[in-house]
Order: sequence, then structure tokens, then C-alpha cells
Amino acid sequence: MTGAAPEAASVTRGLSVLGRLLSPGPRNASPLLLLLAIGFVAPLVAIVSFSFGEPRSFDVFQAPTLANYRTIIEETFYQSFLWSLSFAALTVVFLAIICYPVAYGLVRVFGRWSNLITLFFVLPLFISENVRLYGWILFFIKGGVLLGGIKALFGVDMESVLFTPPMIVFGMIYVYLPFMLFPMTLGLSMVPTDVTEAASDLGASRWQVFREVELPLAMPGITIGAMLTFVLGIGAITEAKVLGGQSIIVITHDIEIAFTYSQNWPLGAALSVLLMLVVGVLVLAVLSRFDLDRILRRR
Amino acid sequence: MVSGRPPILRLRGVTKHFGELAAVDRIDLDITEGEFFTIVGPSGSGKSTLLRMLAGMEKPTSGDILLKDQRINDLPANQRPTCMVFQSLALFPHRSVGQNIEFSLKIRGMDPALRRKRALELMTQLRLPLAYYDKSVTRCSGGERQRVALARALAYDPQILFFDEPLSAIDYKLRKTLEKELKDIHRETGKTFVYITHSLEEAMVMSDRIGVMRAGRLVQVGTPNEIYTTPRDKFVSEFMGEVNVIDVTAGATGRVSAGGLGAEFTAPPAPAGFSRGHLVIRPEFMRFLGSPSEADNHLTGTLYNEYALGSRIQYQVRVGDLVFIIERLRQQALAARLDDRVLFGWDAKDSILVAE
Repeated sequence: MTGAAPEAASVTRGLSVLGRLLSPGPRNASPLLLLLAIGFVAPLVAIVSFSFGEPRSFDVFQAPTLANYRTIIEETFYQSFLWSLSFAALTVVFLAIICYPVAYGLVRVFGRWSNLITLFFVLPLFISENVRLYGWILFFIKGGVLLGGIKALFGVDMESVLFTPPMIVFGMIYVYLPFMLFPMTLGLSMVPTDVTEAASDLGASRWQVFREVELPLAMPGITIGAMLTFVLGIGAITEAKVLGGQSIIVITHDIEIAFTYSQNWPLGAALSVLLMLVVGVLVLAVLSRFDLDRILRRR
Repeated sequence: MVSGRPPILRLRGVTKHFGELAAVDRIDLDITEGEFFTIVGPSGSGKSTLLRMLAGMEKPTSGDILLKDQRINDLPANQRPTCMVFQSLALFPHRSVGQNIEFSLKIRGMDPALRRKRALELMTQLRLPLAYYDKSVTRCSGGERQRVALARALAYDPQILFFDEPLSAIDYKLRKTLEKELKDIHRETGKTFVYITHSLEEAMVMSDRIGVMRAGRLVQVGTPNEIYTTPRDKFVSEFMGEVNVIDVTAGATGRVSAGGLGAEFTAPPAPAGFSRGHLVIRPEFMRFLGSPSEADNHLTGTLYNEYALGSRIQYQVRVGDLVFIIERLRQQALAARLDDRVLFGWDAKDSILVAE
């Protein structure tokens, strides 16, 4: 106990030195900043440094080289990029079409059943994505639930749709549906009922109400949902590996191969950096068109 | 006043049930073309539901709504030649002032230049600065938003304009201005206005006729003057503002007895079969007396408090458990102090006798 008092005093002195250096705001934010620096910035810095490393090396402390980027341009990685971008874009489009009626129902039609229906959409999230996708394999595989059932009932032998690009898109739509549905529901719930009623009262048909009032006012939610599912879709890998049966190699799969099987960390890092750039530019382009802050504060 | 003109809107036994509850209960009403009709009632009286049925946003459970002799029960809102100004105004927040006003014209496919011309005309009529055409409605003040909502409804050129308490969220001074402006617009356009409010004061200022609603029923319909001077029952009389109500039973001819006060009063002629009810006296018809003979009826009480109401002064006088409100002009202020005993009274002709 005797040593405690001087120790406490020195800690207090240390804190007061910090206090003199920083104003209260940054001082209170410093733990979070530290956490972000270690947990978020450091890995990014590591990836970016690795991408300029000597191919197939594990050493970042040497003269930077663009060799990895040259490899990416010279080889056929662009195909993987295109597959990933197309899959993500298709997923977003289909999800927007599928989720809008459901979101509309949740907000306007289902009433007290909304919570139960929402629960049905949330429950699958508690089961591992892999397990759910393998479930679909059992459903679609030759001799599985669907084709086996058809064969037993009608005697028709059909080819499985598994391991094709449409199947990958199907899997992505299935997995990412909640990430479009819930922001969209939020967006639609921000459309005041009396505003749509007023539009209808002023002579607008159901379609005109949708186009002139509902859609523009629900746009913030739809935009957030679209961005979320697009970014998730670009990063998707399991759908292509499981439902696509590795018939298509998406960009994330390429990155995984580079980091694991081929032990070429600098190449994997360079692919990651390019992917981040592509996604970042697209997201910023969308965000600059829709000023979310302004839209959300509008009411 | 509009009289001798045909009814534009006729309601026959209009009823709306929500489950077991009758929100609107067997309403019969004729609204004359060109009149300013106000439906007044406390919250929950069914007035908003009634208006929503008239505008086509709810369907009646039973009964008929006739617009110029045509049954419009099942006609959706977007096909009715009527338009509503909402309580929230329901302006389109993503559109400018001009786009809001032009909305119905755009829906009809009107040429943009003509649309703009019409919008600017309406903005002039409603005293909105023309520079506001491109202003976002979200950056308009409360009063400006009211005018935009009204202009948007007028652009639709409806045969009837419905108003669902649009002034309820506006501060007192601006509300008084807008009430008068609305009545002026009613004169200028000559359209039928059907207005809903919970404030009888608001209804009195603007309306040609008033309908008082309570628990889904239309209790009384009449001109503001009729409602004010001859309320049909205690509810309507109390809804008219502060009044003095004495519970009475029938007494000798021309007399009623007030058990609570142990007194008898001279009353106006009682309705046939009157046995018990209420004697209603407006505060401004009460006066302080020098001697009991100065008025038909008199009471003595304790001056409890006084309130200055601008040009008038209101006194609270307590007689036993009963509280009386007496209103006098400032020039006729009472020379008495709080807790003094005061003599006050009223004439029988200034009181109203309503049955239970």
C-alpha cells in the first residue's frame, strides 16, 4: 500500500502531460484511433506494401517493384474481375426487383404479420453460409431432391443446373437477400403514407405514385441496399466455389489461390489492391450522386 | 352565405365500422355547392374518418355518398373531382415549390410551359413570391408550406376542397391570418370547401355552416350563429368555449330548480317533456349586480380569481363547489378584491335550457 500513492501520482502526472498535448476531443478519441490504426490501417498498409514486393517473396523491406501488377495485366486475371463484377451487378439488379414487393408488403400490407415474416428472412442468417449452400447442392444435384423427384414421378431424366454461372447468381441472390431487403424496407418506411395518398388524391395512378413519389423518396434505402449487396457480391467466393463447382474462378478465388496454394503473397496483395480500387471508385461514384446525408436529413 | 343552390354532396346514412367500433355512425348531411362547411369535433369523434371517406381514401361500411346525384362510394381518390389538404400538408419533399403545385397538371400530361404559367398564377393568388418557384419545399416556412399545399390542391381544379385540420400545427398569430386568407380564397374561387377542425373558434371565423360531431354522430348542424346561440345540448354548448352550466330540474312554470345551489331560477321556455337538464349561461351574459332586483336571476359568491383577456376581463366566482365564469369589458372592471363577496346574475333570455 505504501508504494501505491507515488505510483498513482506518476500516472496522474503522465496523464496531465497527455492532457497538455491534446485537447479533450482527440484525447478521448485516442483509444478508438489506436484500435483503428492497429486493426484497420495496419493490415491495409501491409497489403499495399506486399503488392509492391518481389514476386513469390515474403519480404516487404526491399526496393518496391511493379512486377505483380505487370503479371496481372499480362495474364488473364481480367476475366475473373469481369465475372465478379457481372455476378455482383446481376445480383443487385435481381435483388432490387425481388425485394421491392417484399419490402412494400412489410411496410404497408402485412401489418402485424410483418415481424413474423421478417423473422423468416433473418433466421437463415444464423446458419453458416456453407451449410446452406451445400443444402442447395443436395436439392439441385442429379438424383437430388428436385431432379430425383422429377425422375421418380414423371420418369424424365434431366441435366442438373448446378455448376453453371446462373446457379452462382442464384446462390448470391439467396445469400445476400436480407442485405437488400432490410435497407430497402427502411427506405420505404421513410415514405410517409399521406404523401403517397396526396399524390393519388391529385389524380396519380398507382404506377405514377410509384414513379413520382414512392421510388424517389425510398431511394436512400435502395441505394444503401444496392451498395451493400454489390460490395458483398464482389467479395463473394463460396457461391462460386460451392454452387459453381469451381467452373468459374471469381477474383476473390484468384486471391485465395495466390495467398494459399501458390504461396505468392505479393500477387494476391496486388489483386486485392486492384479490387479495392475498383470497388472504392464505384462506391464513391454512387455516393457522390446520392448525397445520403442530405436525403436522410430531408424530412 | 350560399342558399337556394343545389347540394353538391349528399350523405345518406354514411357509416364506417372499424371492427365493432362505429367510427362514423349513420351520418345524413347535404353540403351546398359553394359553401364553406366545417365539421367540428373533439379528437376521436370520427371527423377525420368521415373526411377520408368523402375524399375517397376510405370506403363506407354502409350508406351512400352522392356527388351531384352520382354515387361515388367506390370511386377511388384519384378519380374523384375532389382534393384534400392534409393535416401534415403531405408536400412532396423531393420536389420544389413549383413542382409541387404543378404535380396534378403533370399527371394530366399538360405542356410544361402551360403548367408553369398556371403555377405562377396560383403563387400570385396565394401571395407566394414568384422567386420561390425553384425553392425546395423543405426550406419553406410553415405559412409558406400552407400556401403551397393550398396552391397544389387548387391547381387540380377540384369541385370540392377538403381540409383536414391543416392549421393545427401553426402558431396562433399566423393561424389567425391564414384563417382569414382561406376565407378570402373561398370567396375568390367560389368552390365548395369542407373543413375539419377541433377548434370551434376556427370554425366560427370561416364557415357558412358548421356540423358538430361527437362519437361518430352529427350532433347539430347550423350556421355559426345558430350553433352559438342555440346549442342543442350540453356537449355542443361546452364545445363552444367556456360556459357556465348549472344542473337543473323542472320547477314551476318558467322556473327551474338547481338542487346543488338550493336555488330556483327563471329560465327560458323549456322543451316539451323537459324534466332535468342544464341551464347554460355564457360568461359575457353574466354581470355583477348592485342589488338582486337588477336581473332575473342572482347568486352570491366569492371572487376567487381574475384573468385579463386583452379587451376583456374574466372573473372566477365560486358559489359553494360550483365555479362561475363572468366576463366583462375592461371598461366595466369590477371594483372588488379577491375573496370579496360579490353579487352577480343574468337574465332568463340570455340563458339556454338544454335537456339531459
